[in-house]
Amino acid sequence: MSEGAMSTEKVAGVDSAAAPLGAPLVEMRNIRIAFGGVHAVEGVTVDLRAGEVVGLVGGNGAGKSTLMRALSGAHPPDGGEILIDGQVASITNPRDAKALGIETIYQTLALADNIDAAGNMFLGRELKTRTGSLDDDAMESATRKVIGRLNPRFKAFKRPVMSLSGGQRQSVAIARAVHFNARILIMDEPTAALGPAETAQVRTLVKQLKDDGIGIFLISHDIHDVFDLSDRISVMLHGKLVGTVRKADVTTDEVLAMIIMGKLPSEVSEKDLAELHR
Amino acid sequence: MTEATGTVPESTREQPPRSPRGLLQALNLDTRLLGMVGALAVIWIGFQILSGLTGPKHDIFSGTFLTPVNLYNLAQQSVSVGIMATGMVLIIVSRNIDLSIGSILGLTGYTMAMVQVIWIPKSLGLGFDQPYTWIIALAIGIALGAAIGAFQGFLIAYGKVPAFIVTLGGLLVWRGLVFEEQQGQTISPLDKTFQLLGGSPTASLGDVASWILGILACAGIIYTLIATRRKRRKYGFPVRPTWALGVLMALGCLAILGFVWIMNSYAWPPGLATQYAHDHGITAPPGGLQIATGIAFPVIILIAVTLVMTYITTRRRFGRYVFAIGGNPDAAELGGINVRRTIMLTFVLIGILAAISGAVQSARLQAAVTSLGTQAELDVIAAAVIGGTSFSGGIGTIPGAVLGAVVMQSLRSGMLLLRVDSPIQDIVVGVVLVSAIAFDTYVRGRSAR
Ligand SMILES: Nc1ncnc2c1ncn2[C@@H]1O[C@H](COP(=O)(O)OP(=O)(O)O)[C@@H](O)[C@H]1O
Ligand SMILES: [Mg+2]
Repeated sequence: MSEGAMSTEKVAGVDSAAAPLGAPLVEMRNIRIAFGGVHAVEGVTVDLRAGEVVGLVGGNGAGKSTLMRALSGAHPPDGGEILIDGQVASITNPRDAKALGIETIYQTLALADNIDAAGNMFLGRELKTRTGSLDDDAMESATRKVIGRLNPRFKAFKRPVMSLSGGQRQSVAIARAVHFNARILIMDEPTAALGPAETAQVRTLVKQLKDDGIGIFLISHDIHDVFDLSDRISVMLHGKLVGTVRKADVTTDEVLAMIIMGKLPSEVSEKDLAELHR
Repeated sequence: MTEATGTVPESTREQPPRSPRGLLQALNLDTRLLGMVGALAVIWIGFQILSGLTGPKHDIFSGTFLTPVNLYNLAQQSVSVGIMATGMVLIIVSRNIDLSIGSILGLTGYTMAMVQVIWIPKSLGLGFDQPYTWIIALAIGIALGAAIGAFQGFLIAYGKVPAFIVTLGGLLVWRGLVFEEQQGQTISPLDKTFQLLGGSPTASLGDVASWILGILACAGIIYTLIATRRKRRKYGFPVRPTWALGVLMALGCLAILGFVWIMNSYAWPPGLATQYAHDHGITAPPGGLQIATGIAFPVIILIAVTLVMTYITTRRRFGRYVFAIGGNPDAAELGGINVRRTIMLTFVLIGILAAISGAVQSARLQAAVTSLGTQAELDVIAAAVIGGTSFSGGIGTIPGAVLGAVVMQSLRSGMLLLRVDSPIQDIVVGVVLVSAIAFDTYVRGRSAR
């Protein structure tokens, strides 16, 4: 992490051809976001490399979603900078983020409930016919392919997503994020509403995408999910970054201690661990 | 296309289902729209019976509601509200409201009258009834409507002032400007060509052209249904069974041709026919000259507006975005949709539609009066809501709103036929408006659970 930060320092403002090999795909530096007097994110620095999964964990209200919304353009940060491929990027709205290859599965799913699966999947990026009208059939066809892979039992392609189950709705949100050839994928609690079978599908999907060289920020409540899928884990508490650790170097207990007590593995005592299991 | 193999059995199920519910499902019709057609039928038959009972013969068979002349007038009177209701759908779908349309209608109608009665003939000294007068007047009216809509839409979308407040102010301001423009005088007579927009026996298509239009519309329906089906087949999607397709085509064509037949059954009033025979040197046959009126010009305008607005709402990005904003504004924003521009455009659109209604109404009156379009907002909102547009946002259809306009106009015209006083008429319209919204809230609340 530190060598990436050092080398990109010099690159900012230079054209991408000069970016050093191994510059992180994403670097969020010293990000600050406040809502009125609430400091939701305070000086957080995280990074992500191509083909890497970084798990982002922390208790409710730790600021995970807010941090990721800064990267997806939903809520531009009040301070700090975001670098993509070592270049300072200005992401002021969701379109900027998508243009940079950043796709997001929002915790709220961000679906228009009154519109069908295809309409949601292509929302803002509709396919058009030669006359400029919506090509609903082409969109439905693409949607059937993508969702069919994620959730073979999904059948209600013509119904407003309002009438779908939580799991089906989540499938639509996931399909939307993976359809547009993202380089950077943000998954905010992607399996919260899914059953075991669909959750397994999503795990497989994450591994596939990772092998394709896509960088993934994965937010999950399920510490086992995170341990199974992540290469590194960044822990947040009360809007601050507790630390980032390599999965291979830590145990689940040590990560739990970071989440709950805000203590790095080196600072955790036997007594603390006993406390955790009480 | 490979993934669709699982759906083929659905399309090969060719036997008509037995239950009525299954039948409706196979036809894939909008049940809400069907319900409205049913309600309309009840209203019509009710007025037919009541007008018979209160008529000179006091029986249920001598009603005057379901007569060609009344239905011709009903169609014509539904035009103004129907045109604006198509725009109101988009406004309400995106969780806004426009209370100013009646005043926009008045101001644009009044201005168009000024153009053709004062500015072109007198101020510019070009004289009355020039061939270009009507189109210039119409263009100025539409531009004014668009500008007013853009101004209000800007305040609402970019200024974040609630639509209710902006358009309530507009209701007063634009109406006030009508009085300012010419001290509240009635402006007439309008340009001869412009008057055709209002419709009358002489400003109608006649029987031959009406039949041709009807047959073209049938061909259009058949072609669209077949083309849609072919395209869905090509992608391997499930399609309606063939028999259902046939039923749909038959129903559509029957409705269109039935409408044309009724409009053609209305013959010119005898005085007008005699005058016409005299002017054209025709010797009237015994019993007088029978000239079929056919579809009135403004009704053709309404049909065109309905088609264009349906296309915009269902087949263009703009329409999709309006619905997405109504369904979930955050999702629309996160999808990269320019929410504010889209909202502003819905107000531009309804401003244009109000101007077109202003042209139709003033042309029909053959004059512009200061009360032009007063209270139109109530009928228009009621039409949209009766037509299935939901105040919770995200739901509504254009054809539904037009049907809603016909329902509203049927109520008004039926009450007029029964000689119900105008204050009572207002009470009925108010009650219907509130009931429709209450009913909608109740139904949607239940289906959400
Ligand atoms: N739109 C918002 N307006 C006000 N406060 C917010 C908003 N979004 C998040 N917050 C606050 O920011 C903090 C972090 O929230 P969030 O990022 O959603 O946490 P997490 O995703 O880790 O559970 C919380 O205290 C939350 O109440
Ligand atoms: Mg969250």
